[in-house]
Amino acid sequence: MTAVADVSPASPLPDDDKPRSLGSGIGGSDRVFQVSATGVGAVVLVITGAIGLFLGYQLIPTLHNYGLGFFTRAVWNPEQNLLGISGVVVGTIEIAVIALAISFPLALGTAVYISEYAPNWLKGTLVALVDLMAAVPSIIYGLWGLLLISPHALYVARWINSYFGWVPFLKVDTDPRAAAFSAHNYVSSPFIAALIVSMMVIPMACAVMRGVFAQAPIGEREAAYALGSTRWGMIRSVVLPFGRGGIIGGTMLALGRALGETVAVLLIISPEYDLKFKPLEIGGITVASLIANQFNDASSSQLSALLAAGFVLFVMTIAVNTVAAIIVNRSRSGAQTDA
Amino acid sequence: MTLLSPPPMPGTSGTGVNPSHPDGADDQPRTVGRLTQDDIASLVAAFVGSLALTWLVYFQLLPLSGKVGFLFCWYAAFLAVYGLVSSFGNPRPVVVDRLWGAAVAGAAGVVFFAVLSVAIYTLVKGEGAWIHGNFWTHDMAGVGPTETLTHGGITHAVAGSLIELAIATAVSLPLGIGTAIYMVEIGGRFSTVVRTVVEAMTALPDILAGLFIYTVLQLGLGFQRNGFCAAMALSIMMLPIIARSADVSLRVVAGGLREASLALGASRWATVWRVVLPTARSGLATAVILGLARAVGETAPVLITSGASTFFNTNPLKNPMNSLPLFIFSSVRSGEPTYITRGFGAASVLLVLVVVLFIAARLLSREKTKR
Repeated sequence: MTAVADVSPASPLPDDDKPRSLGSGIGGSDRVFQVSATGVGAVVLVITGAIGLFLGYQLIPTLHNYGLGFFTRAVWNPEQNLLGISGVVVGTIEIAVIALAISFPLALGTAVYISEYAPNWLKGTLVALVDLMAAVPSIIYGLWGLLLISPHALYVARWINSYFGWVPFLKVDTDPRAAAFSAHNYVSSPFIAALIVSMMVIPMACAVMRGVFAQAPIGEREAAYALGSTRWGMIRSVVLPFGRGGIIGGTMLALGRALGETVAVLLIISPEYDLKFKPLEIGGITVASLIANQFNDASSSQLSALLAAGFVLFVMTIAVNTVAAIIVNRSRSGAQTDA
Repeated sequence: MTLLSPPPMPGTSGTGVNPSHPDGADDQPRTVGRLTQDDIASLVAAFVGSLALTWLVYFQLLPLSGKVGFLFCWYAAFLAVYGLVSSFGNPRPVVVDRLWGAAVAGAAGVVFFAVLSVAIYTLVKGEGAWIHGNFWTHDMAGVGPTETLTHGGITHAVAGSLIELAIATAVSLPLGIGTAIYMVEIGGRFSTVVRTVVEAMTALPDILAGLFIYTVLQLGLGFQRNGFCAAMALSIMMLPIIARSADVSLRVVAGGLREASLALGASRWATVWRVVLPTARSGLATAVILGLARAVGETAPVLITSGASTFFNTNPLKNPMNSLPLFIFSSVRSGEPTYITRGFGAASVLLVLVVVLFIAARLLSREKTKR
């Protein structure tokens, strides 16, 4: 201490004793690094942003050529150059919603089973199986659906038609009790396509739900058991309310995937471009399968119409995914208890 | 616990030692979740009883047929019988618990049955094709539509897939990881924009990537339908996936490591190159494998950008180039039985490829969590 006290008055020039500036000296290599990394980020931004802008830009020539009726007409007739996407968009939503109605209970049940019921030695295998199911290419689900599921789904569709045909949208324009079973009325229907799409989206929804269920606070689980709850009572009062954000978010992520599915729908469905609400009946279309069907012999104005239809699909998908991400993130933060 | 052990002697409570069990051997925790005899008996009885009942009513008494309908009815009957049997000796909450347990297990059973049936059906249906040696060594050049399965193979599709994947990886790997480095290591307001756009692009439906490349490269710049265009479309699909998962794995690198490196006088570039990237190596590898697994099965983009050739072609810039998903799609669309079998053979190869990539990704990420 005394040594320090001796030194400081001895320094002859106090003006030299300024603090060294920290952190401002970026060396040459760092500057290169910073600039090039920013450059890569900018390039990726430009590429990805360009796709969105490019698709959106196609709305201008499309609206110029086909007018606002492009959104309201339900016809796709390239010969007469009369195009409209309302039937296509409705078909896309119809298939996605049916797929969701089938996949939601199955995904929820699977997630609850894995996180709450499965024995510990089995849990890892089941989680891997669900993840693997998500990685299986959609073309393989398409084959499976076309050749294995479709022949059976036919009879399910007929059964629904004969007993619930009085519900308007479950009706098929054929006599279900006719002597000869007219199978061609039931094949290639939006219902069968939705069945295959639902298999594809189950793993996504299930993975999100399971992830949230696994975070349900152990203290609250034990509290429920300690109050005499059965296992299902614990799940209903602790796990499901805690995982509500994950359930909604996972379902919406699945919806986003179901909207954009191409190949499986393309393999199954027989294209029909008008506005109809008969999912059990042959014929239907989605935006993605419309593009795959029509891109090859489209004129340039029709091509921009296809791109504009693609843009509508893109906007729908982004909106659904963004909302899903917000819901999932919100449910994870701040939902923990101190138990 | 305390219900099972005898009440402690007066005066000893609070010491924490139970005098009647000095060794503590009997003092084992009761297993909570074990099934009682009644649980097992009700389950088995309901299972067998509902099977017999459904068989009798469904096939013998009612004019019904069809396996799907039988399974549905059996499951419904099972739930009904199970609920009834349980309600004899149990209170309502137990009955509800058992029924919901059966419903949940049923849903899981359907899903896992579906997964296994997808895999097994593909492999079995494809066996007629992949059992022959020529399937692995030949291409489809000059093979007529009615030729037997001992002619032709998928080497052109496998080679095409590998070449397209290699080009797509060469494009999207540096860009994806570079973007992740930018987002994590440089940051700033601009990086938030980049992150938002990259996240949005993961939602891009696959067919639009193909249509974009088709319009810009093929109609706009005059490229032919070839492997290069297909690879570009695939790299558009891979880029956001790689960037996003690489972003996540770079973000979890401990900040202390970076600070230690900087404090030792390393430049930021040296810190990223020698500390951050090696630490996140397995996570980055997982990111790339996830991108590959997604891209290898993408059908819609290659369908639009590359023609389905029948011959072996290793030049991505000239002539159409086939790939596995495209081969499967065009084979099945042709409707010819031998072609469908070949399609299933190619689907088996694709499935095995995806599973291998997937297992590699899991092993890598497990390595990371161990460390």
